[in-house]
Amino acid sequence: MTPPSTAFLQVQAIEKRWSDGVVIGPITLDIARGEILALLGPSGSGKTTMLRLLAGFEGADGGRIAVADEDVTSVPPARRRFGMVFQHYALFPHLDVGDNVGFGLAGSRERGAVATKIAQALTLVDLAGFERRKVHELSGGQQQRVALARALAPEPRVLLLDEPLSNLDPALRERTRHELRAVIKRVDITTVFVTHEQEEAFDLGDRIAVLNQGRLEQAGTPDELYERPANLFVATFVGRANVFHGAAAKALGGAATRNGVVVVRPERLRFGHAGVPGIVRERRYTGAAAFFVVEGDDHERFEVLAEPDAAQVGERVYVEATRVIAW
Amino acid sequence: MRLRRVDLVAALVTLLLAWLVVYPILIVAGEASNGAAIHAFLSRPGEWAALWASVWISLVSVILAAAIGIPLAFLFEWFDFPGRKTLGALIALPVVLPPLVGVIAFLFLYGESGFIARAIQAALHLDNAPWRLQGAAAILLVHAYSMYVYFYLFMRAGLAKLDVSMLEAAQALGADRRTTLWRVIVPLLRPSLIGAAILTFMTALGSFSAPYIFGGGFRVMTTQIVATKLNGDRPLAMVETVALAVVAIAGLLILRRTEGDDILVALGKGIAPRPRPIRRTGVRWLATGAGWGLAVLLLLPHLTLILVSLVPYGAWTTEILPPVINLDNYRRLFSEAERLRPMWNSFWMAGVSTLLAVALAIVGGWLVVRRRVAWRRAIEGLLALPWALPGTVFAIALATTFSVRAPLALRFVLVGTVVLLPLAYLVRALPLTGRGILASYRQLDPALEEAAASLGAGRWRTFARVTLPQLRPGLAAGASLAFVAGLGDIVASIVLYTFETRPVSIEILSSLRLDETGVAAAFGVVLMLVSAIVLSVGARR
Repeated sequence: MTPPSTAFLQVQAIEKRWSDGVVIGPITLDIARGEILALLGPSGSGKTTMLRLLAGFEGADGGRIAVADEDVTSVPPARRRFGMVFQHYALFPHLDVGDNVGFGLAGSRERGAVATKIAQALTLVDLAGFERRKVHELSGGQQQRVALARALAPEPRVLLLDEPLSNLDPALRERTRHELRAVIKRVDITTVFVTHEQEEAFDLGDRIAVLNQGRLEQAGTPDELYERPANLFVATFVGRANVFHGAAAKALGGAATRNGVVVVRPERLRFGHAGVPGIVRERRYTGAAAFFVVEGDDHERFEVLAEPDAAQVGERVYVEATRVIAW
Repeated sequence: MRLRRVDLVAALVTLLLAWLVVYPILIVAGEASNGAAIHAFLSRPGEWAALWASVWISLVSVILAAAIGIPLAFLFEWFDFPGRKTLGALIALPVVLPPLVGVIAFLFLYGESGFIARAIQAALHLDNAPWRLQGAAAILLVHAYSMYVYFYLFMRAGLAKLDVSMLEAAQALGADRRTTLWRVIVPLLRPSLIGAAILTFMTALGSFSAPYIFGGGFRVMTTQIVATKLNGDRPLAMVETVALAVVAIAGLLILRRTEGDDILVALGKGIAPRPRPIRRTGVRWLATGAGWGLAVLLLLPHLTLILVSLVPYGAWTTEILPPVINLDNYRRLFSEAERLRPMWNSFWMAGVSTLLAVALAIVGGWLVVRRRVAWRRAIEGLLALPWALPGTVFAIALATTFSVRAPLALRFVLVGTVVLLPLAYLVRALPLTGRGILASYRQLDPALEEAAASLGAGRWRTFARVTLPQLRPGLAAGASLAFVAGLGDIVASIVLYTFETRPVSIEILSSLRLDETGVAAAFGVVLMLVSAIVLSVGARR
């Protein structure tokens, strides 16, 4: 996929310096109209700070944020017109579902119009008729959808989601992820969300920005990140990865590497007659295939994804790579 | 760094609180450094006796209150018997009696010309009343009656938080009942116990009504200070005030040291044990009977007060039961301008001081919890400080500070104006509203306010629609306590009132002096009912 040519949301060299010496940024990112961008990174990588800078809850110490060419860097959250879904939803416990969703609609509009808007927003998230329910009577998934409806009701320019699925139990997460993506795409709103789970980022995001220790490591589509990671951090953080050093790296055909490190995905390794020698220590059967844990002669361990009957535990094997990642 | 507006607000609030809460105490301390007065204080045995009386009365009050309150808490939290729920609520009723009202109810009930003494005298054909309700014993009786509630409520709250699985774990590890009690239950309840003990000690130390009415020749420090002040020996009153303040702070620090880690409280997160029905019929009837007997005993002062309030002036002389009952006293209360005045005074002064205390606590909570300003510890400490000192200390301090005109030293003549008494109520109300509102603020998820902002709500709309509704439980609880405290106050009022600003408590005292017991009781009933209504509204979740 080509990078977006028209940036709707522009982040230019944005920076936040905390008093304890932690620095986030400078980070530059362009997000196209209607695009869903995932901010992916381990805890402490600065992804939540980035989201809060976008929302306006934190003031930037440098750089610029612009929406549709309007500089909003110092616009307070209340006038930024960015919708936000909070990690724990932050639904107002003293208001019912309808009043929560209608909170952002107050103002000049007449009551009938507000009620219609609320009904529309609730219908969008498949909660039509839930207006008079109490917030605490709803399930976790329903609360999440109310939070989404509340954020979308005032028709914000950008939608921000902070770990939108982390509060749901795993069984519900995958389904909710697809519903969430469907709603966002139907509304066609530019979206930025934070997650620390690669699967969520891949599934929900059009593009992913990988953050680490306050820096942007790489931004790209899931395919780009997986097949052409910019560096060792992205290679190991996104997807399963075997890291080879020294002789093993050379044997796998990484002669061109600058730092002598080669990364190979498990499915890009196979058993053959030449390559890195080792002994199969473990076999984890997953159904369609099996992961084989191989211990090389230099005691490095790595994973091979192959046919379930490709090798046996204790067998001496040679492993070769069909595709390596090297820098 | 640029001076932020929030820092300016923080500085102003800190200075205002310091001016209200610390500055008057410092003025008193300054005036107390007077060689002659200190010598007089140290050399008079009466002073030492009063100081010692304050200390031992407070300690014995703690023991008595614990002895009544703790078993009751266990009984009501752990055992089930007919009427448990109703009784459990009734038993906290002494709270709705403002101190002075409780004292006069005791006077009407157990006093030498009270209901019971009179009945016994008549029954046994005695020439004189069978006893005199006076001195230390009378004070302790009133204290035990009104302060066991602290132990009862604290211990019930502590027991309700006790995790039943912890008791089961102890049993599974082979501990018998006694071991479980001493090694598990008591340590877990220690924070509740110490909390109740501190509250009881401080209340008893600052208690004024009981020693004032029942003390006779027996003086404690609070009554001693007021007497000295009335005698016009101002330097000595200053030294006495400082002495009482020192005892209060020392007592608080010593009790705090025994408090230990509050980690223990955080652990109690499980399911409380269900109340067990008492199975043995005899024991069950005993418990039920004792429970209801106790309820009657606890309600007797309230009932007596109501009865006395219905007896017109001079109608009840030597009879056991009043010969006439009507609403004459209430009619006088609400129709005579002279009687309406104190009622109105008490209401507006308590109302205004409560509103101000709520406002200050909200600003303080915002600065301390939300903005985490550099001075947050100072602000929180200043809000809590008035709780650590008896009301008499603050009354004397305010009277001293604001009887001098020195604008540059921030001292103005407020004595004799309508401002001083509400100011004193405000100082006493700050810890009550401060504690409730700060606790609510700490539980308030900042994401709620951020959510409101991201939905386009400005600062005021966010405050009115999101923050305030979320603060409501703590705010209502603190405000209701503050209002009731102001409404029934006598400690500060007796030092600071003028004829124009005299509150209900002062009117009750003067009615008693004129032998208008019915009117005094009617005032007491009004205070009792208003307190009960306000407190029950404030306690609603």
